[in-house]
Amino acid sequence: MDKFNTLTGVAAPMDMINIDTDKIIPKLHLRTIKRTGLGKVLFEEMRFETDGSEKPDFILNKEPYRNSKIIVAGDNFGCGSSREHAPWALLDFGIRCVISTSFADIFYNNCFKNGILPIRVTKDQLDALMADASDTENPELTVDLVNMEIKRPNGVTVPFELDAFRRECLLDGLDDIGLTMQKGDKIDGFEAQQNQAQPWLNSAPPA
Amino acid sequence: MAAPRTLFDKIWDAHLVDTTEDGLSILYADRLLIMEMQPQAFEGLRMAGLKVRCPDKVLGVMDHVIPTHPRDQAIEDPVARMMVEQAYKDYEEFGVELFDLVDKRQGIVHVIGPEQGFTLPGVTLFCGDSHTATHGAFGAFAMGVGTSEIEHILATQTLRSPKPKNMRVTVDGDLSIGCSGKDIILAIIGAIGTAGGTGHVIEFAGSAIRDLSMEGRMTVSNMTIEAGARAGLIAPDEKTFAYCEGRPRAPKGADWDRAIEYWKTLPTDEGAVFDKEVTLEAEKIAPQVTWGTNPEEVAPIDGVVPDPADAPNEDRRRMIQRSLDYMGLVPGTAMKDVAIDRAFIGSCTNSRIEDLEAAAAIARGRKVADGVEAMVVPGSGLIKDEAEARGLDKIFTEAGFDWREPGCSMCIAMNGDNIEPGQRCASTSNRNFEGRQGRDGRTHLASPAMVAAAAVTGRLTDVRELETRSIE
Repeated sequence: MDKFNTLTGVAAPMDMINIDTDKIIPKLHLRTIKRTGLGKVLFEEMRFETDGSEKPDFILNKEPYRNSKIIVAGDNFGCGSSREHAPWALLDFGIRCVISTSFADIFYNNCFKNGILPIRVTKDQLDALMADASDTENPELTVDLVNMEIKRPNGVTVPFELDAFRRECLLDGLDDIGLTMQKGDKIDGFEAQQNQAQPWLNSAPPA
Repeated sequence: MAAPRTLFDKIWDAHLVDTTEDGLSILYADRLLIMEMQPQAFEGLRMAGLKVRCPDKVLGVMDHVIPTHPRDQAIEDPVARMMVEQAYKDYEEFGVELFDLVDKRQGIVHVIGPEQGFTLPGVTLFCGDSHTATHGAFGAFAMGVGTSEIEHILATQTLRSPKPKNMRVTVDGDLSIGCSGKDIILAIIGAIGTAGGTGHVIEFAGSAIRDLSMEGRMTVSNMTIEAGARAGLIAPDEKTFAYCEGRPRAPKGADWDRAIEYWKTLPTDEGAVFDKEVTLEAEKIAPQVTWGTNPEEVAPIDGVVPDPADAPNEDRRRMIQRSLDYMGLVPGTAMKDVAIDRAFIGSCTNSRIEDLEAAAAIARGRKVADGVEAMVVPGSGLIKDEAEARGLDKIFTEAGFDWREPGCSMCIAMNGDNIEPGQRCASTSNRNFEGRQGRDGRTHLASPAMVAAAAVTGRLTDVRELETRSIE
């Protein structure tokens, strides 16, 4: 996983609430055994006509948003399914940060596993950032994870919060399986105790 | 004396392996259900040289991409075939038990977990699918997770997670005739919204929930995710125990007695505090049907399509307008005037025997309306067998419904079953998102009886206006 430190890039305004995972990546593209290459179908049904041509009004089909690294979106971003293909598609397109007033829980968790930073802000802050992103002359934001703030084009900063573990994993590009495996003794201990208390949970499948 | 705890608190506390200094817990996973959609998790293990820590606590299924045509026919779609073949390889290599496609026990992951007694009260259960909430109907903590989290569970049998908050939704009173668990959960989502439960686990309580069968409870808990919550929970009781008893993976003999003793300690203590409480009166719930493109956009069948001008704020107004444009609906239209092209009875929400019974009681002696294409997809091979033994398949096929092999089918529409652009489908599934059942397709979610009623009349219909018939 790539480290996340400071990110400066074009922010695409998606002023719509409830952008669900079927919108982010339609289900037919979940039929893959890989994690990569999904950027070309990100937001497919909003972004392309059925013949594959671009819908000119869609934000990521317009300059300067074709190279967006950040999305500023309405409330409840990522609701719906648990498909990790949603953050994979965002990442493959080049999006490393999504800013919204709220995120669906599973999507939120999935982002951190892939080096994407989802940032929760207040409605007032979102409105300001949405306006910044909508300024085609200068839609760049800087997201600083070290100091936990977003720097707006006018120089004003918007602070945000994130729990320490997730912040550390993103900053260091850490894989949490390795970290958990260091707790092997505790897992062994838990299993031994549970096997005593609830032996039926450990029974092998019936023959 | 210890502070009173909720059902969720008790399960959570009983599975804590460790709590790190930043408050993130390492939670033990008693159960993992895995299907063909997460080959990347096994690939991750392979690349890291890791094994599956507890293969006995993992069950492999295939449901999302598989065709619902007879199982002796090959899977024509090369991509679907590749996913299935990869699953066979992965499960075998990592020692995970699999119900293959000709196994009678094969079916939708959230149907067969309970059916096999793999799902039990008090357990933690995870699966790479958001409708994992279904299993919460047993008083289990069951949560949908992403592929990376599955990989983490496969390798360590644990999950790292902050503890969600407690929320309780109480539905008291008697449900009206013609209403079911589906109408309860749609009414709840309509009341609290698709983000109403975000960050929370919802315990469903009250007499209307207790009065539901296990099938009805599974339907309610199944759609908890559509209210944004991490999981749903219903206190285990005698109905729960009766459902579990004798299932292949349920405890037996002395273990069964010990298990019951433990399960009886699980319900929420009196005085336990919930971070959020919502109450609904069952009597006020009419049969529900969605009009929009997310499950909170729902109305009683005797209601009308709403006017965006009445929305509480600008964000909502634009959302409603977008939904109506997509759905091809005009404000003020009576829901009962909406004509349909397709009807789908199935999915992890509504494909169990009780669901098929409710639909058959409407379908019997009637015909699918001209111009409507209707299909029934049972949730598992065992349900299909039971339905056939009782002649339900005949009721459906005589009425003109297609009777299919089990799978997710047109709920997610990635197996070749889908609706065409512009078509309107009455569906017992769980999501009415744009494109969910096929690009530019329009979905109206409702209960099995309501969908059967729509199929035979050709329009969204108040099932209370149709006579329910004996299926014996």
